[in-house]
Amino acid sequence: MTELTDLGIAAIRDGVRDGTFSARDVATAFNEKVSAAKALNAFLVETPEHALAAADAADAARAAGKTLGPLAGVPIGMKDLFCTKDVATTASSHILEGFVPPYESTVSQNLWNAGAGMLGKLNMDQFAMGSSNETSFFGNVISPWRRNDGGHAPLAPGGSSGGSSSAVAARLCPGATGTDTGGSIRQPAAFTGISGIKPTYGRCSRWGTIAFASSLDQAGPMARDVTDCAIMLGAMAGFDPKDATSLDLDVPAWDRELSSDLKGKRVGIPKEYRVDGMPQEIEALWQQGVDWLRDAGAEIVEVSLPHTKYALPAYYIIAPAEASSNLARYDGVRYGLRDLPDGANLQDMYAATRADGFGDEVKRRIMIGTYVLSAGFYDAYYTQAQKVRALIARDFDRAWEACDLLLAPTAPSAAFALGEKSADPIAMYLNDVFTVPSSLAGLPAMSVPGGLDAQGLPLGLQIIGRALDEQGVLDAGLAIEERAGFTARPEAWW
Amino acid sequence: MSVDTNTVKRIASLARIAITDDEAGRLAPELGNILGWIEQLGEVDTSGVEPMTAVIPNHLRLRDDVVNADPLTGGGIRDALMTNAPQGEHGFFAVPKVIE
Repeated sequence: MTELTDLGIAAIRDGVRDGTFSARDVATAFNEKVSAAKALNAFLVETPEHALAAADAADAARAAGKTLGPLAGVPIGMKDLFCTKDVATTASSHILEGFVPPYESTVSQNLWNAGAGMLGKLNMDQFAMGSSNETSFFGNVISPWRRNDGGHAPLAPGGSSGGSSSAVAARLCPGATGTDTGGSIRQPAAFTGISGIKPTYGRCSRWGTIAFASSLDQAGPMARDVTDCAIMLGAMAGFDPKDATSLDLDVPAWDRELSSDLKGKRVGIPKEYRVDGMPQEIEALWQQGVDWLRDAGAEIVEVSLPHTKYALPAYYIIAPAEASSNLARYDGVRYGLRDLPDGANLQDMYAATRADGFGDEVKRRIMIGTYVLSAGFYDAYYTQAQKVRALIARDFDRAWEACDLLLAPTAPSAAFALGEKSADPIAMYLNDVFTVPSSLAGLPAMSVPGGLDAQGLPLGLQIIGRALDEQGVLDAGLAIEERAGFTARPEAWW
Repeated sequence: MSVDTNTVKRIASLARIAITDDEAGRLAPELGNILGWIEQLGEVDTSGVEPMTAVIPNHLRLRDDVVNADPLTGGGIRDALMTNAPQGEHGFFAVPKVIE
């Protein structure tokens, strides 16, 4: 029999429902995997009792003949950006070390309501700022993947949802929550050979999710395949009156409507995404993706998104500006760390607490944000960036006149080694070149594994859709998945 | 774009982050590089373009004008709010003296 931990979300849901195995057996099997995988540093907190309690509830509901929730018996990993009641939540920062939320985020509560249980809290880039998981206060997450050169160089699992990507790829959990501000679900999914979708801005409530850049932050699922992502997203999404930007719309039955038949769909290839220095393997995979989608019945058209090159600089004004404002709340007064030097006044306490509590990348972004919002610079930087953002959104609107979906690579390279890019912030920022534009426009976008590069590392393809067309994105993802036949998985060394 | 250490110190002070002279010296070229890189936005012609204010069109909802419209975000949860306070006294957040 297949190991229970080799099963994905749909298979676990069905098996529990049919009585092929008990939810308790599933939870126990994953709890053991999590506890044995310390070398990956993917989990900050393990919560085996939470997973077992949800499993027992699922088993009891089934025994009583009750209807089971869509995720009954499915244990998942929770990114540490989501506040979880009575379970430590830090956003991988020192400043929130010891913080135990007295409330539950809407997204996590939705998942528990659907019957899911929690295996633990997942490591991440500090306050979701990073693309490699090297900014966590609690140490780097290691990717389960290794290059096929026989070396053991530890690789980045991507970021910021790197604990999530590492844990799903290593089969420590069948699915995990992620959040995406500029690519933080899609890039780590691509780096680790899994799937992940960022829905339209407003689909998932931000309430109880620790804020980074509020006009960009969106939660989404990371899982082994497209169907599992569709199931999990359906449970996470939904209107929430507690989030002013939550969309008051019904949640479509994405998983039940999935179809890889793309007849009548037009898929655009944005020519500006052919950036200088793109590795030939990425280029080849992109072309392969075009062929797969054509085979699925789609018509392929070339489109232009002329302001693409300005998306990253606009993002690195807007996101830090919002972050500098959002992170002003960490002041040592109401929660988290307090650093009170002898004889310090209130202002000294703020400054000492924040100096001690924030990591280098977080400080860098708060300071950039403070600078671009400061008197005399606001219009030149922030207002100009918001205008460019409007132009980027307009580029997409115009592209939708010619096509229904866009296909692009997810990231400009396969996973790099830890330490390889951490000395140069801009080189790190460039990782998000293909994911940031759709974030700025609030569009749904997903990464699915397409194949391996010559070093044996996964590469991802990205599909971007119109606002609210998660279905189109998932359908095209499924079409690629069926044709890519991606079955590679990292060999367990941890 | 060059950023000097005095500018770094002023920004750090606005951001309420204590920094040493060494750190300011290290951050100056780093922030200068990033700001220099983002300055390319200046070359985009944005005349007649309104800055984006909402990424997905949405209307602003108002909650009911009643006390405790939502129990989770309403009042009456003082003790829960105080559980994470670094220093709580008599149901208040305590801070160093601010008035001599």
